[in-house]
Amino acid sequence: MTTPDEPVAPRAVKKSIGLSARGNNRRALLAAGLLSVLPSWAGQRRKISVAAFPNVDAIIRAAIPRWKQRHPDIDIEVVSRQYIDHHTAMTTALSTSVYLPDVMALESTYVGRYALGQGLEDLAQPPYRVGQFRDRFVRFAYEQAINRRGEVIAVPTDIGPGTLLYRHDLLAKAGLTETDLTTSWDGYVEAGIKLKAATGAYLIGNAQQVKDIMIRSGLQPGEGLYFDQASRVLVTSPRFVRAFELARKVRQHKLDARAYAWSNEWAEGFKRGTVATEPTGAWMVGQLSNWVAPDTSGKWRAAPLPEKTFVGYGGTYYAIPRRAPSANKLLAWEFIQLLTLDREQQFAAFKSDDAFPALVEAHDDPFFEQPLPFLGGQRARLLWRDAARKIVATGSHKQSDFANEVINTELSNVMDRGKSIKQALADAQRLLERRAFR
Amino acid sequence: MRTKAHLLSILRLSPRLAPYVLISPFLILFAVFGVFPLLFSLYLAFQSWEPTSGLAAMEYVGLDNFAFALGDEWFWKSLKNTLWLAVAAGAPQHLVAIPLAVFIHNSFHRFRDGIVGAYFLPYITSTVAIAIMFSALFSTDFGLINVGLGLVGVSPIDWLNEPNSLKPMIAMVVFWKYLGFNVVIYLAALQTIPKDLYEAATMDGAGRWQQFWFITLPSIRPMIYFGVTLSVVGGLQLFEEPFILTRGNGGTDQAGMTAAVYLYRMAFDFNDFGGASAMSWLLFIVVVALTWLTNRAFRPRGAAT
Repeated sequence: MTTPDEPVAPRAVKKSIGLSARGNNRRALLAAGLLSVLPSWAGQRRKISVAAFPNVDAIIRAAIPRWKQRHPDIDIEVVSRQYIDHHTAMTTALSTSVYLPDVMALESTYVGRYALGQGLEDLAQPPYRVGQFRDRFVRFAYEQAINRRGEVIAVPTDIGPGTLLYRHDLLAKAGLTETDLTTSWDGYVEAGIKLKAATGAYLIGNAQQVKDIMIRSGLQPGEGLYFDQASRVLVTSPRFVRAFELARKVRQHKLDARAYAWSNEWAEGFKRGTVATEPTGAWMVGQLSNWVAPDTSGKWRAAPLPEKTFVGYGGTYYAIPRRAPSANKLLAWEFIQLLTLDREQQFAAFKSDDAFPALVEAHDDPFFEQPLPFLGGQRARLLWRDAARKIVATGSHKQSDFANEVINTELSNVMDRGKSIKQALADAQRLLERRAFR
Repeated sequence: MRTKAHLLSILRLSPRLAPYVLISPFLILFAVFGVFPLLFSLYLAFQSWEPTSGLAAMEYVGLDNFAFALGDEWFWKSLKNTLWLAVAAGAPQHLVAIPLAVFIHNSFHRFRDGIVGAYFLPYITSTVAIAIMFSALFSTDFGLINVGLGLVGVSPIDWLNEPNSLKPMIAMVVFWKYLGFNVVIYLAALQTIPKDLYEAATMDGAGRWQQFWFITLPSIRPMIYFGVTLSVVGGLQLFEEPFILTRGNGGTDQAGMTAAVYLYRMAFDFNDFGGASAMSWLLFIVVVALTWLTNRAFRPRGAAT
């Protein structure tokens, strides 16, 4: 939820967290196992176990009182782990069918990954029949959870509509307006050149972010990022060529701080105002105002992403493991419905944790029209609500993670080592073709 | 009283069983964490598996994974990185450790333990702590190394992001970490050389260099064999240092991606456990082959086979 999708995925941070906590992870698994045994000694109270990560765990806990009104006799047990640990534990649980929770929270990239396997219940089937609720969810969020076999493996609870945050004061100093940034990607980079000359500020944290969004723009619904439905490799298409060209231009003109998302340098750039724009998810405003750069309040504004690009930055889903205890599945489903289909619950999560509702009904509220002080009183939620409905789902592929790695490698070869774009993409194509059908 | 004695006699282990019971904790742990993963990875190497579908989803694919690994550009790239690092980090360890051990052996008596301890300290320090410290030292803008280079007029080097500097940097960290270990084993070897040999050589007019070359080196040859073998095996399995220094992804252009890092990523980042297992067994074959070559090079002269 507070974790972006691939465009700015804080892999570095996730990795380092994963490293230090890998041992804990095993312990946590053991502990979870012990906990699940204990209550059977303590007495026969039924309970539903929900595995989650921060801050989704807090959102779930907040829903427990309302659950208790309906089912005073059934407890909800929240098993919380750090982001990476949680998903490692879920992968392990699914692969061994041991210690499976009744409900698992999943970040959107993992939904794509798990969609390829058969570990999660198809919620389109009876008794769930999630299809009847289809229109109540933001379209792309629902479609993102449909796998190639047409199964619906998870239900969306929050989304991260993409937006361009920019420093209003720096733009004004350079004599630029918002439309200079958003009309086209070329215009965005040109504006960056003027901005750097006038204020010395970088346009963006890392040139790679430009590539990340641009390869996602103009996708047809269901079209994959790197592979099409028939696993043909798409990386030499104009989409990639143009994305590489613009990212290279950003780097050549020294318009990026070369910082990695969630690193100290990255955060410092926002604090000191040396980075003027950030394409990101709407939830980023909460991050900036809470801990990254609270002192810059009032100086930021939100705009649509350049060239009418609509992409999602992360999001959270709930799923039911196929091999979870079948006696609990209906209750698990009921709890998921409370979390995802209940307007009040969705809304509470938005207010408390910046979890932008995936439930469309929760979008009709005066709360959306409230001005945001951090954005100088801008009514930005309306902008994000509009953007959310225009995002299209992208198809996932077994080799997506590898493809992402290959493309980033080739991009850095192009930006920093003078490799030609044609050659770089041809090399990527060759590597991916070897894997496409693995 | 009688019942208590009776109880004790039931609990008493028969002398025949006792040894097995006493060594069983190790054997059980070794079976669970050593033997089982080994055999499981061998099994996985012949399977195609989507882990989130459960254990039943495995599909036998014969030698496909091995064929894939052998044709995979990145696997070869990672093997080359591994060999480069094994040589660049391994060879200096011994070339420096042997003279250093001789120097410490001859020059220090009172403070020797303290000095050896100082050299040994990196070896027992957590690799994570070491890697974090070196990341700070080698930081492009704020690192001490670049500040030092700046004082002598060298412009800052992007150690951690520039492929050409990343490998030497990793090699340096590995060298620094394992030097002390080698010093200790060579010191132990030096202490076993009888003093009479040196006395006799001195009387025959041999200089210090000749003594080193004709007495010291041949005498510690078995220890060199031992040390080099450990370096070869360890160097080929190098994982922690490059993994942490490159934030777990192998670095720009995968310059710091060793075979072990790559096969870890194949399994846990790219979700290909079959391919990763096949690669780990191919790496095992390389380790065996190079260990055998080390044996050929260093085995005692005149020994059979």
